[in-house]
Amino acid sequence: MIRSYKNNIKGILIEGLTLSSALLIIAIVVVMVTVIVIGGKDQLSWEFLTSFPEDGMTKGGIFPAIYGTALLVILMSIAAVPFGTITAIYLTEYAKENSVIAKTIRFAVRTLAVIPSIIYGLFGLGFFIKFVGTQMDNTFMGGELKWGQPNILWASLTMALLTLPVVIVSVEEALKTVPNDLRAASLALGATKWQTIRKVVIPGSISGIMTGTILAVSRGAGEVAPILFTGVAYYVATLPASLSDQFMVLGYHIYVMTTQSANVDQTMPIQFGTTLVLLMLTFILNISAIVLRYRIRKKKSN
Amino acid sequence: MAIEKIHTENMFLHYGSKMALNNISISIPEKKITAFIGPSGCGKSTFLRSLNRMNDLIDGVKIEGNIFIDHINIYDKNIDVVTLRKKVGMVFQKSNPFAKSIFENVAYGPRINGIKDKNQLGEIVETALKNAAIWDEVKDRLGDSALGLSGGQQQRLCIARTLAVNPEIVLMDEPASALDPLSTSKIEELIVGLKEKYTIVIVTHNMQQAARISDLTAFFYLGELIEFDKTKKIFTNPEKKQTEDYITGRFG
Repeated sequence: MIRSYKNNIKGILIEGLTLSSALLIIAIVVVMVTVIVIGGKDQLSWEFLTSFPEDGMTKGGIFPAIYGTALLVILMSIAAVPFGTITAIYLTEYAKENSVIAKTIRFAVRTLAVIPSIIYGLFGLGFFIKFVGTQMDNTFMGGELKWGQPNILWASLTMALLTLPVVIVSVEEALKTVPNDLRAASLALGATKWQTIRKVVIPGSISGIMTGTILAVSRGAGEVAPILFTGVAYYVATLPASLSDQFMVLGYHIYVMTTQSANVDQTMPIQFGTTLVLLMLTFILNISAIVLRYRIRKKKSN
Repeated sequence: MAIEKIHTENMFLHYGSKMALNNISISIPEKKITAFIGPSGCGKSTFLRSLNRMNDLIDGVKIEGNIFIDHINIYDKNIDVVTLRKKVGMVFQKSNPFAKSIFENVAYGPRINGIKDKNQLGEIVETALKNAAIWDEVKDRLGDSALGLSGGQQQRLCIARTLAVNPEIVLMDEPASALDPLSTSKIEELIVGLKEKYTIVIVTHNMQQAARISDLTAFFYLGELIEFDKTKKIFTNPEKKQTEDYITGRFG
């Protein structure tokens, strides 16, 4: 019954090992955030957020990249949220739980979720630009090059594909929080299935649908790979005014300044500033998603 | 006997390969309270849910035989389930108000029927709440969430919500089983009052309740309808031994 000295040491060692790897995670986050905040905080100013880059990006602001990121996530959401929500509605409300079609859709969604983002970029290039875009040019533009090249529309659609699984899964989860009792109550009152979905199920899960949207947006805001070939530009002197224009994005702007700039050292403060802005943006989006999700959980447990 | 409202002939129901209802033939009269009693799993709730086709929502349910309401076969392929359910309302075991205001809960049915006029909706809601004996308790807070009501009030609200659609038949699936005795007696009082206008079919586990409020009682056992007669007769002088054993508490 006496604990052996050896086992005791072993236990302490194992606990120490697990604890230190856990602490390492905290350390990484702290170091990362601290470095970015210290490096970027002096850069943050109204000026920096609202003006164009100047002098080969060594001076000026990042407004086109902020604008491009915002436009990208808005267009992406317009495509991904309704499409994803409708798919989730089919899966939870119409498809039979274990039917072949539901299983196939779920498998496809899971597969979409694990495909590396660069492959989405290549798909966008091949499908949207080379196929759809070129066809559109041949049909509507008399062969003149307009849609068959990278632009914000194709980039947004590619990004929408990437975020689709996030939207579908979180909307599905939200729809499932609506108790079946309520569906039965509505149907028993002579409501059609669609009336039940529209008046009971969707209002009862709207915050979950919003969580899904925000998560998708925050994922999209930070991704660069899918838009690399499909629309993002190194530098554009004007803001995108049409769906066929190229655009700048925060994530790509950081990449460009650190690797492609003529004078990397000189762009350093702007790199930090841009990184800080991107980080804050994704933080804010994620925190609002967490808050919404927490409120749903609370409601569900009541 | 009064006018026949619901009528089934040789009706069978299967859940997949399991037979849940075996050869049910019954004739339920208009504007009476008919109680279904029997031990758990005897098929009484399943049969109740067949009367407004709520079983359609469950995978693998297969029905043979016919159910007639007002001499119309409700399982005919030309029947619109939505219209049927407006005529045959249902109150569930667990009160299930929507996460909306008291007013909107009751107005839900009329609204989906296309009634938009505020005054008309207001009148329907008031009448339904009065008929469900809850008007006095909620008339000053119609805009409050229905979820803030007590369990008994919620159940009466659900009854009001069902009445607002103006059904002819109201099916009740153990409507008072989750309530305290005081709320239960209020609900029972309410149900007795409703038979003036509506045909009531109620499933209950509580035999005293069946004896207190119903005009007719049907005893189900293992998917079969064992006996169906005037409540008084069932509880005082049943024909079948199984019925007698059940009501005297010898099994179930």
